[in-house]
Amino acid sequence: MKSATCIVGIGVLAFAGMLAGAAQAADTSFATIERGRNLVNAGDCVACHTQKDGGRSFAGGRAIETPFGIIYSPNITPDPETGIGAWSDEDFYRALHEGRRPDGTRLYPAFPYPYFTKMTRDDVMAIRAYLNTLPAVKNRRREAALTWPLNHRTVMRGWDWMFFKPGAFKPDPNKSAEWNRGAYLVQGAGHCGACHTPKNALGGDKTDQALQGGAVQNWFAPKIAGNMRDGTGAWSVDDIVEYLKTGRNKHSGTAGLMAEVVQDSTSKLPDTDLKAIATYIKDVDGGPNPPPPPEREKSDPKTVAGAAIFADSCSACHAPDGKGVPHMFPPLEHNANVQQRDPTTVIRVILQGAQTAATDAKPTPFAMPAFNWKLKDDQIAAVATYVRNAWGNHAPPVDPGQVRDMRQKLKKDRAGGGS
Amino acid sequence: MAKNTAKKLPAVDCVLVGFGWTGAILGQELTDAGLNVVAIERGSWRDASTDFAVTFAQDELRYMWRKALFEEPARETLTFRNAPSEEALPMRHLGSFLPATGVGGAGIHWNGQTWRFLPSDFVARSHNEQRYGKLPDDMTVQDWGVTYDELEPHYDKFEYLCGISGKAGNLKGQIQEGGNPFEGPRAREYPNPPLDMVYGPTLFEAAAKATGHKPFTCPAANMSRPYTNPLGVQLGPCTYCGFCEKFGCGNYSKSSAQTTILPVLMRKKNFELRTECNVLKVLKDDSAKRATGVVYIDEQGEEWEQPAEMVILCAFAHHNPHLMMLSNIGRIYDPQTGQGLIGKNYAYQIVSGVDVFFDDKILNPFVGAGALGVGVDEYNGDNFDHSGLGFIGGGYLACWNTNGRPIEHHPTPKDTPKWGAQWKKAVAKNYLTTATISTHGAVMSHRTNYLDLDPTYRNVYGQPLLRLTFDYTDNEHKMSDYLTERATDIAKAMKAREIHPKKRTGHYDIVPYQTTHNTGGAIMGADPKSSAVNRYLQSWDLHNLFVMGSCVFPQNPGYNPTGTVGALTYWAAHAIRTQYLKNPGPLVQS
Repeated sequence: MKSATCIVGIGVLAFAGMLAGAAQAADTSFATIERGRNLVNAGDCVACHTQKDGGRSFAGGRAIETPFGIIYSPNITPDPETGIGAWSDEDFYRALHEGRRPDGTRLYPAFPYPYFTKMTRDDVMAIRAYLNTLPAVKNRRREAALTWPLNHRTVMRGWDWMFFKPGAFKPDPNKSAEWNRGAYLVQGAGHCGACHTPKNALGGDKTDQALQGGAVQNWFAPKIAGNMRDGTGAWSVDDIVEYLKTGRNKHSGTAGLMAEVVQDSTSKLPDTDLKAIATYIKDVDGGPNPPPPPEREKSDPKTVAGAAIFADSCSACHAPDGKGVPHMFPPLEHNANVQQRDPTTVIRVILQGAQTAATDAKPTPFAMPAFNWKLKDDQIAAVATYVRNAWGNHAPPVDPGQVRDMRQKLKKDRAGGGS
Repeated sequence: MAKNTAKKLPAVDCVLVGFGWTGAILGQELTDAGLNVVAIERGSWRDASTDFAVTFAQDELRYMWRKALFEEPARETLTFRNAPSEEALPMRHLGSFLPATGVGGAGIHWNGQTWRFLPSDFVARSHNEQRYGKLPDDMTVQDWGVTYDELEPHYDKFEYLCGISGKAGNLKGQIQEGGNPFEGPRAREYPNPPLDMVYGPTLFEAAAKATGHKPFTCPAANMSRPYTNPLGVQLGPCTYCGFCEKFGCGNYSKSSAQTTILPVLMRKKNFELRTECNVLKVLKDDSAKRATGVVYIDEQGEEWEQPAEMVILCAFAHHNPHLMMLSNIGRIYDPQTGQGLIGKNYAYQIVSGVDVFFDDKILNPFVGAGALGVGVDEYNGDNFDHSGLGFIGGGYLACWNTNGRPIEHHPTPKDTPKWGAQWKKAVAKNYLTTATISTHGAVMSHRTNYLDLDPTYRNVYGQPLLRLTFDYTDNEHKMSDYLTERATDIAKAMKAREIHPKKRTGHYDIVPYQTTHNTGGAIMGADPKSSAVNRYLQSWDLHNLFVMGSCVFPQNPGYNPTGTVGALTYWAAHAIRTQYLKNPGPLVQS
């Protein structure tokens, strides 16, 4: 570092280092920084730490919606004043490993330290090394707008005591190296459970239901455990790799938050890591398939209406037989996302439309248009119920009240400038 | 528009004026070659998913009648007259043709009919004179300076970019059953099979066969199946919704810049698009051997100078020659002296049709796609002996199933009242049971059909409007009558209740919609004495100025132009990449 400072002088990396007064010898080898970059991609740090619509990368400011209020992400560029340039490596490690700020106060778990604690110290330092190479951006964060009593960070002490177990990932010697790499990424840097694991009333993970699907920011992050109907059981390892790399496969296409995850994170990971992730999640027990709900009468007026609306508004892309156009317009037949126990995502996609991720491999951002102005609550409920129960699909019916609630939430979202 | 008020921007390698098909192709090709490219588009940004969403794209009132995707005559239009002796007046409403504005250009609202011109079309003068003797003095038809064989790989590249649905008629010289046997030899099949055919065109097909013709499913930029093009961009299968011409496709099923190139191009760091910016002028250096960039005016009315190593005009057929005139590039054509080349050889097309009314055949005109149809090519170009006919050129005949929309499509037999109860009754009776055979005829260039600057009327920026002087000549009327008669022969064999041939008579009329296939004004050729650009579409005057689009056609053959516009663009891009960038200068010595 010293010699680099002398030689480069005004190089960004060196400059940041100098401002940070970093006396400690940081590892600035290419291999380490690359490993750090890969982990930053795996962690999708850029997504939360970048303000939407033109914010500078990693400079923070994005509003993260939680059930308890809005948190604004901090600046993690090396700016010493408004970023983390003044942090020591130990400060950085403590943030990721223990969920503490340099002054010892507690972070909110919107920052997924309950996952990042699984990372090895070496990996955390590699992340730090990579973040040090970013251009320093001055951008002061906004204070969180949380409801009482959570606006007091001391409250988090109890939360940590109840739901947070610090400690690095322990490999399972009975499983393959690939499985263990996948588990390490999924449980650690990838923090997949932050969305895909259901939460208790206080926002802690229901650890006994890891990856069984969870509500997040008015979406339902589907079950990604390995069972058939509503999990990833019907997907091969290659299907999962393709999905994470390109944003779509023959079963499905990304939308919403997962489209961002694919664009910013998984599409940039090496295939070996994607394969490891796929190997691990397919091995997570998804529990028994939910029993099929009682067969609906074909003459049920709601079914008739749902089928008619589907034919009129949906079948041009998703095809009359629900088979869609694989890799373009997702098949709805046997679609796990459509059959989640919680219909949030189905309702939201119909109301608001959705756009698939655009990736180097699949650059066309296919989109479904919004139907919120075109279909009424009971019509959306009917067609959602229809697609959840046609072609051999089985999932609980959708009530018009659920559609109405989602409309309200989305309206509030827009008004509040949330996610 | 004083030059010194424009703020100068940092120079780029290449500036593209206009961002439709040709701009998008060149943007992709030249950024691939490592150039920093800026495209300047007068209209707005548009993408398939948000601007043509299927929940509202099929809005006939908004797009067809209120012309949401087209040029606004209040901002930019042209003046028109039939003959040099008349006073030209401004076209205040769009009619005969529909230039677009906005990203994707007219490639958004086209039908998708994607043809190759005949080998003989590219040597129209020498071929016809060799076969039929000297052409009339006023017929200013000429050879293109490029041959079909040279363009073949570039046609192929455009067809594979688009994912054209069709059946080859001539594979490497071998005539193929089911394709167009008159087409030039192609190296390989179309990327996608022909569209599934609907009933009406199959009746035409049977009648055409019965009368000794060789009908084929027409080549279409409407997808017959899901397609991923060589750039990795995906198109969806056509749903036969019937909203192609004058509409954007929200199903990703019609090839356009949006559905074939932009998803890749817009991600590139060495490409930039500036929308709502209108180029006012191409700048030249003092030696007048090079273009130095362009001046454009942005949405706020601010003027900017964009210096560039290379300037490529990619606007609509009218606008490229217009911009050359406004920039004093070359000399404006004068029909009296025959001197000057900018504006010379404007041409259009001549269309007619035969309506075929059935009683018992339900043809479902609402099921359609822009290029869904069966054609015959016996009467195109020089596919037939013109001896004693008194004209050259020709056109294809086709029966299309498209545009059967409620406001636009009301087929009624001859002598039906134009409104009222009888009209309503006739529409109700005939809507489902009527087919039309269209003829799509060439227009040969003529001494008094041309473009220049209007002395009186100006656009919203205070620049003289383009003035169009055009009328059909005897050649067109004789040719179109001949095509209409041949279509009538086939119509009779369809054994309908009645047929109604509609010949094109009288002067060219700019009011009713006919076709958007305008050509000429900056024509290509082998010789700087008779062409504005050389065989590589490079200006003879400024070697770093290239001109794309149908404005380079020396005359207008009897096909839709987009296939050839795409092929010429790839041909020019190839010359720029392999020759010009290595050694900037004239690619053809004059």
